Amino acid sequence: MSLKELSSLEKALGLKKPNKYSTQGDRKVPVLQSINGPALVGLVTIATHLVQEAKQPELLGGSAEHKAVVQQWLEYRVTKVDGCHKEDIKTILKDLNSYLEDKVYLAGNQFTLADTLMYYGIHHVIVDLAVQEKEKYMNMTRWFDHVQHYPGVRHHLPPVVVLRNRVYTSGHH
Amino acid sequence: MKLFVSDGNPHCVKVLAVLEFTGVKCDVKHVNHEERVVPYLSRPALPALLLPSGTHLFSPNSICQYLIELNGQESSDIVNQWLEWEATELQPAVMQALHMVVLQGKGADTPRVLRGPLSYLDQSLSQRTTPFLTAEMVSVADVVLWAALYPILSDSSLVSGNQTLQLWFERVGMLAACVSAVQTVLQGKGLKAESLKTYLQRQPTTHHGQGQVQGRGTQPCNSPEGGGDDDCVLSEEEIQSAVVTWGKGLTDLPMVPERQHPILPQEGKRNVLVTSALPYVNNVPHLGNIIGCVLSADVFARYGRLRGWNVLYVCGTDEYGTATENKAREEGLTAQQICDKYHAVHASIYQWFQVDFDFFGRTTTKKQTEIAQNIFWRLHERGFLLEDIVEQLRCEACQRFLADRFVEGTCPFCSYPEARGDQCDKCGKLINAVELREPTCKVCSQTPVVQSSKHLFLDLPKLEAELEQWLERSTGSGDWTANAKQITRSWVRDGLKPRCITRDLKWGTPVPHPDFSDKVFYVWFDAPIGYLSITANYTDQWEKWWKNPQQVELYNFMAKDNVPFHSVVFPCSLLGAQDNYTLVNHLVATEYLNYEDTKFSKSRGVGVFGDMAKDTGIPSDVWRFYLLYLRPEGQDSAFSWVDMATKNNSELLNNLGNFINRAGMFVSKFFESCVPAMALQQEDKRLLAQVGWELKQYINLMDRVKIRDALKCILNISRHGNQYIQVNEPWKKIKGDETDRQRSGTVTGVSVNVACLLSVMLQPYMPTVSHTIRQQLNAPPSVTGTLLQGTGNFVCSLPVGHHIGTVSPLFQKLESEQIESLKKRFGGQQPEEEEEAKPKPKTTAQPATTPASDPAAQTAVNGADAERARELTLAVAEQGEKVRTLKGQKAEKTVIGAEVTKLLELKKQLSLAEGKDPEPVLTKGKTTAQPATTPASDPAAQTAVNGADAERARELTLAVAEQGEKVRTLKGQKAEKTVIGAEVTKLLELKKQLSLAEGKDPEPVLTKGKKK
Repeated sequence: MSLKELSSLEKALGLKKPNKYSTQGDRKVPVLQSINGPALVGLVTIATHLVQEAKQPELLGGSAEHKAVVQQWLEYRVTKVDGCHKEDIKTILKDLNSYLEDKVYLAGNQFTLADTLMYYGIHHVIVDLAVQEKEKYMNMTRWFDHVQHYPGVRHHLPPVVVLRNRVYTSGHH
Repeated sequence: MKLFVSDGNPHCVKVLAVLEFTGVKCDVKHVNHEERVVPYLSRPALPALLLPSGTHLFSPNSICQYLIELNGQESSDIVNQWLEWEATELQPAVMQALHMVVLQGKGADTPRVLRGPLSYLDQSLSQRTTPFLTAEMVSVADVVLWAALYPILSDSSLVSGNQTLQLWFERVGMLAACVSAVQTVLQGKGLKAESLKTYLQRQPTTHHGQGQVQGRGTQPCNSPEGGGDDDCVLSEEEIQSAVVTWGKGLTDLPMVPERQHPILPQEGKRNVLVTSALPYVNNVPHLGNIIGCVLSADVFARYGRLRGWNVLYVCGTDEYGTATENKAREEGLTAQQICDKYHAVHASIYQWFQVDFDFFGRTTTKKQTEIAQNIFWRLHERGFLLEDIVEQLRCEACQRFLADRFVEGTCPFCSYPEARGDQCDKCGKLINAVELREPTCKVCSQTPVVQSSKHLFLDLPKLEAELEQWLERSTGSGDWTANAKQITRSWVRDGLKPRCITRDLKWGTPVPHPDFSDKVFYVWFDAPIGYLSITANYTDQWEKWWKNPQQVELYNFMAKDNVPFHSVVFPCSLLGAQDNYTLVNHLVATEYLNYEDTKFSKSRGVGVFGDMAKDTGIPSDVWRFYLLYLRPEGQDSAFSWVDMATKNNSELLNNLGNFINRAGMFVSKFFESCVPAMALQQEDKRLLAQVGWELKQYINLMDRVKIRDALKCILNISRHGNQYIQVNEPWKKIKGDETDRQRSGTVTGVSVNVACLLSVMLQPYMPTVSHTIRQQLNAPPSVTGTLLQGTGNFVCSLPVGHHIGTVSPLFQKLESEQIESLKKRFGGQQPEEEEEAKPKPKTTAQPATTPASDPAAQTAVNGADAERARELTLAVAEQGEKVRTLKGQKAEKTVIGAEVTKLLELKKQLSLAEGKDPEPVLTKGKTTAQPATTPASDPAAQTAVNGADAERARELTLAVAEQGEKVRTLKGQKAEKTVIGAEVTKLLELKKQLSLAEGKDPEPVLTKGKKK
């Protein structure tokens, strides 16, 4: 799964020649084999490395603050979202939703690697949400929709339909 | 910048060490573990760093990286890798080890949990030539890993081997920053720090690896937060107090008097007035209607009576309005005859469902006219009514004004051809009937004409301030469901407008004003007054209930679509009438119940309707149980036959029925139907406490009208009971020596008393079963009135020597053949296969039609084709993407043309796979695309936009308009530059997306947007 992500990320970053990957351990942690250095282990580490290789450091955040925020959500993705339990999903959606209340992207107004990886990681959850749940987590859904339509991001994942009209707040009759 | 830390939290060691190491200036604030510093997280997370921008960082590792970065050090791949490893691999193992060692005292297991990560670290270190993890110098990775391992590695008894690791650990530990951080957080005591223990106790159990606690049984969790599904840890005091209660017996408890009509509010009592939304008379109610209001209210009213409250439960049929007139025309009867007929149908259905109304009335009565006209005049006198001219559609052929639902036409917003007069099923927008394009009368299909006529309006804006004050009080002190509060808030927030209260109809309460003599009251104004008039038909002293807010608590039950009428509109009528009316204190609204993942539909014959339930041969109690088990409390739920059978067989038969039956059988078989002597041991006392705890939960939940959650408590008790019997094996012990026989007696006696308690708790849910159990156990009549009083009393109600009656099984198995045939019978034209379909996005009851590209929309497709259709859907989407990209890049026409041809071919195949005629899809694509896209000269641009994108473009158009409005408003308010800036950024982003969705180059749109 994470290998697909990395290959999508490579495409999104416009990296010409694909890298070679393998996995290790039960959790299938991705490993990037490299000819001129030691192998790199871990999704976040490799993704960060690819962004630098593609010379798009702005995707890791512009200022020190932004960098930290990006790192934080990257870590959240691999520690909280990956392998999360059913009962944790609600908490994750709720937290992301309230975090994104006043933000377009995870690091504010700027699209970053955190958005891409969070999108890949949470896609399977969003696919299964009912229309009503999507509305309940409206900010999160809006963010998700932004990201899935961000040029070049989607690649290996099917689009999730997000209705813009709220169905569940009954308006004036 | 401010750093929040808490004592005993090992993560805080990391950040404090790094803070000192870097020398960055920062306030440190000590808070306790429970403090929610980070506003957007629902659980407390510490440490947390408040950044200058106002954002909070909650990841300890990111905080460390940030501090290091401020200090001018860039992080590298290798540092990142170690930090990621720490967070994903090491941390779960460390937390598990700490949990075991500190909380459970299992030292020996620790090395096993940590063996993998520790030896990995050891090896990595020994392969390096540097003294530290990443370089010659200490890096943030060293400090973070050291701090993570500190509690474990500082205890030499827990670690052996891993020489290199230990040397590294000592080396890093010599840093002054590390020493002082450990001192601050763990008082230098490592594992033995009391604060560490406190911290660990507050942590939710980790889900990693073993030791993971499974939820009980297979019940769906319905409690959003803290619903009480967690296992309780019983203290010695709790056990003792349970034993004391048990010993009290029934005689010590107050009795509840019999119900005597007419029930009137009493001084010093809790006077509870319960209403259920009045079902509309023109149709047979379906299961969703039943659970939504009458059944839910019934459970609560029954519960209230058991609690000793003074409860009055009224309901009735809502009979006026166009729908009745129309139904009468359809069936060739008068409106009155229709009402009489369906009133009887409703009454008999509710009777079969054992809904215990104190009075079930109707709205077409003299009292209704009296009270409605009185309220009308009071509003009129006080200046809360306005006159205005209204344009209405009138069908000349039918000779009448058309109510919203009798007009159909093209939606003015999305061009959906079958929009209704009040709302479009496609885009969900509310429509004013006269705005419909090409309207037609639904009865005769003629085109209606617009005619104006004078009407009266309730001046809601004038009442708004008073309403808001009242709402604040009521929602603050009462139990309003979350959806009720939210819907109400959104109505009030959007601002109230005057609402028309008159209609040009015959079948209704006449407007008494001479200028409006040919008109009647609009149903929404009239119907809620039905609660009052129905009560007035029950007792002349109705005003003691309805004009007595000091003594009466009013509970309104309804489905959520009814909320605004009960929370905004009706209260405004009553507030404006200024007659000391009782207003709702607790507004309880359910979500929707679906039928096997689709909507109930009378016309398609889908779903189970009230009158058919009894023909299924399934007892009314089982229907009640399953509907209440599914009660859409907090979220939509779906009725499913297979699930109903499962719940009947697993919960009722194997769990609840099995327990009660065994308890009774042991008494009758082993002890000649006499409750044996009980000598309570610790284990029995524990059960008493456990049951007592569930009983408390039950009362807690029921008091707050969490009907579905409270049902779980009942099932939990019988689960505990079954376990208790299983462990103690009274059927074996009865054959043993004297001690064993005595033990068998105790277990049987306790069990049969638990069964007796269950019968009472079940009464609101399953009245017949509850009664049967009490009969079988020959329970004293006073049990029903005593056990649920106060905070609940699990007393020994069947004392030693009590004679029970004849015990027999309570439930029957539902066989799968039976269920299959029922499913077929009620399935309408539903395809059979979708039952087993794998996790698919649930289609809910809502009219929101999924656009063509949504795989879920294709449920009607059979197996193999469905797969192919899915593939093709993806292919179409991809190809569409390609075409758009090419266009965006302004590729050559011929190139684009070739790709478009491919796209069309794919779409054709998709249509075939979906079993549709390919042509309509193309035309559909075109027509739906029109409103969104600007008239493009390039024909390829039109065809290339597939359904999904047109949908999306439409959504985006709306979003852009909305966001634009927001920006304008902010500017108008002279909001802060940064705030406006952020909103403008969003706006630009939306516009960009819109352009993309429309397959255009984004730039021109941006400039266009600016000029505007």
